[in-house]
Amino acid sequence: MSEKGEHIVALTGAAKAYGAVRALAGVDIAVAPGECLGLVGHNGAGKSTLMNILAGTISSDSGAMEIHGAAVAGRYSVAAANQNGIRCVFQELSLCPNLTVAENAQIVHPSLKGIGWRKRAEALIVGKLDEIFPGHGVGGDDAVGDLSIGKRQMVEIARAFTVTDRPLHLVILDEPTSSLDAVTAGQLLRHIREAVAGGLSCILISHVLGEILDYADRIVVMKDGKVVAEKPATGFNRSSLVAAMGNVVQEARIEARLKAEKKRGETPVVVSAIPQKQPDGRALVAHKGEIIGLAGLASHGQTATLLEIYRAASKRQVRTQVDGPVALVAGDRQSDGIFHIWSIARNVGIRSLRSMVRYGLIDPSAERRMADEWRDRIKIKTPDMDDNILSLSGGNQQKALFARALGSDAAIVLMDDPMRGVDVGTKLEVYDLIRAEAERGRTFLWYTTEMDELNNCDHTYVFRSGRIVADLSRDELTEEKVLQSSFEETA
Amino acid sequence: MSLINRVVNPKFLRSALPAASFVILLTAIFYLQPRAMSYFGLNLMLQYAVPIALATIAQMFILTVNDLDLSIGPFVGLTASIGATLLADDPALGVLALVACIAAYGALGALVHWRNLPSIVVTLGMSFVWLGIAVLILPTPGGTAPAWIKALMGLKTPWVPFPIIAAAVIAVVVHIVLMRSSYGATLRGAGGNPRAIERAGWSLLKIKIVMYSAAGFFGVLAGLSLIGLTSAADAHIADRYTLYSIAGVILGGGEFVGGRVSPAGAVIGALTLTLTGSFLIFLKISPDWQIGAQGAILIIVLALRALIKRREA
Repeated sequence: MSEKGEHIVALTGAAKAYGAVRALAGVDIAVAPGECLGLVGHNGAGKSTLMNILAGTISSDSGAMEIHGAAVAGRYSVAAANQNGIRCVFQELSLCPNLTVAENAQIVHPSLKGIGWRKRAEALIVGKLDEIFPGHGVGGDDAVGDLSIGKRQMVEIARAFTVTDRPLHLVILDEPTSSLDAVTAGQLLRHIREAVAGGLSCILISHVLGEILDYADRIVVMKDGKVVAEKPATGFNRSSLVAAMGNVVQEARIEARLKAEKKRGETPVVVSAIPQKQPDGRALVAHKGEIIGLAGLASHGQTATLLEIYRAASKRQVRTQVDGPVALVAGDRQSDGIFHIWSIARNVGIRSLRSMVRYGLIDPSAERRMADEWRDRIKIKTPDMDDNILSLSGGNQQKALFARALGSDAAIVLMDDPMRGVDVGTKLEVYDLIRAEAERGRTFLWYTTEMDELNNCDHTYVFRSGRIVADLSRDELTEEKVLQSSFEETA
Repeated sequence: MSLINRVVNPKFLRSALPAASFVILLTAIFYLQPRAMSYFGLNLMLQYAVPIALATIAQMFILTVNDLDLSIGPFVGLTASIGATLLADDPALGVLALVACIAAYGALGALVHWRNLPSIVVTLGMSFVWLGIAVLILPTPGGTAPAWIKALMGLKTPWVPFPIIAAAVIAVVVHIVLMRSSYGATLRGAGGNPRAIERAGWSLLKIKIVMYSAAGFFGVLAGLSLIGLTSAADAHIADRYTLYSIAGVILGGGEFVGGRVSPAGAVIGALTLTLTGSFLIFLKISPDWQIGAQGAILIIVLALRALIKRREA
């Protein structure tokens, strides 16, 4: 779009890995002055990592960075980003709830000090709010903690556009409209266009494709830590954008799909759940022996729905009915799953303690039997089930958590994206086990962010903003359809 | 908005609660013992409020950055011991020792941040270190306070007793620095959302060092003002101050996390705690029950605050 040297900022070959996970695998990206760059991609595509590198909050493992055509020498930091007029609006808000709106403006403008700084900070932030969001109703001395989430987001956005002693060149906005209503979102997007016309550059990250298509000059599509497409916005339409984000090549379907399809509804309903935010009566329904997929972008209400079902098993709920004992396989195994200082056997047996009690105490031989049985059935690779759980690899820890759920009396197993960071071999073993257990009449509710895993499911519900927006039978399921519903705009 | 609306507004109630509990307690004391309602009476009841208020402010600085200091009591004991020995005998050496104490506090802040240690554990450990050093300096109760400190603490101010003026000065000074200055806003922000402060380019390490050093400084002031009243020192003189200071901050409307503190509230909280002692004596409650009764008052005030908070939500 423009020659080298004319860029506000240019990254070449930026790479970043967290342990074995490659968040960014060599990305080239450049932003020209007076340009609004749209950045889209599925969860985990590397967008947030990329913007954190630009903002200086994390440093890349490799790659070169140029600002205003000059190579960045030494360590790039938040201070350096500020110095060069690069600001960021992070997805999780960066305001201090205990401070007032004006005080929060001071945090990013250290030059606001001395007598009367409060007045100046107030004039600065409220003036910008007036400019972007006329009729915002936010006062400079309101405590941020007392503001609604939408107003907080407005303050955060306005703050990013304020200028004191250093000129502003680039504002990066990560999902800026996620907490704004249609009116304020429109105000913001119009302001972005005005600012861009005035020579400012923006990077706009959004899951609302309409915003990107209508307001960005150029669109960069990311997938698996790489840039997979880059074109002027006019070169994309909604479906070509969705196609660019997903796997266009249809992957070979797992043989399970070829099996004779079960007729839905031949077995009794065991779970029926209406998500809290569902405006209509649309419910997630699971019949006995089914594997139900919960899809959509991360944290759009899938985990909340699973937890609601979990609660409903022990305490009656209005919107959710569950028929049978429930077990949960946690996704974040370090914090929600394993007991760090316990042995593998203990970790496996905890859900089934009640059946192992004799004379009011845990029967060690029963615990032993269960541990050994599941070591063989699920192939936990360990010389001794009495070893500490942390002696296992991540995949085997996860197997132990599956053993905990499958070895219990639960008729319904809830899985909260349990395959995060698990190697392919383990995954395939567990898929087989799940299908075998489903054949025997167990019901699985499986939240997953991986498309391939949905192919194991008999029926898939797609979530967006805490609601079920689509349900797809196994025949209807395609990656494109899931993406389409995940990104669809509410009219 | 009408006046009534403003008065029953939960936000107003919450900020008025510390002052209200103080006034109610004072009124109860005056009712039980009308003679307390005098210059002399107030002076007597409130004289120990000054060191407690200073220790409470020290604790408040630590609480502002979401930490907790379990060593402030023994630390005050140590500085009191230094004040009654080194400072009295050799002022230069004494000042040096006190400055070293403050520097040690700053270093603790750096350690807590750098190694990401729980402040409770670090300060609990340090409380024994402070006490040990204090016992080394002053094995048996004794020493003499420097004359100028005694003169300052025994000041006969016209009209209003000295402890009240001192408390007001402490509250105003700390309020200006922490609540009104621009750097004070950043310091409190580090309690509210440390990541946001870091992302804006501030150094959390520096902020922790500043806050811990400020706590050390006010701890030193507490120790010195205490020996100004007692004229001698004892390593164990301020052991109870740890809990007093935490209770004072919380009574004054501060919270354990989130950087929500109030210097004026903390000073009023310290005054309230000091008064409960006199109140219980006037009620003729035996000293054995006094600590329990103080706890009960604390629980009542905190319960009221929780009630107000529920209405706010």
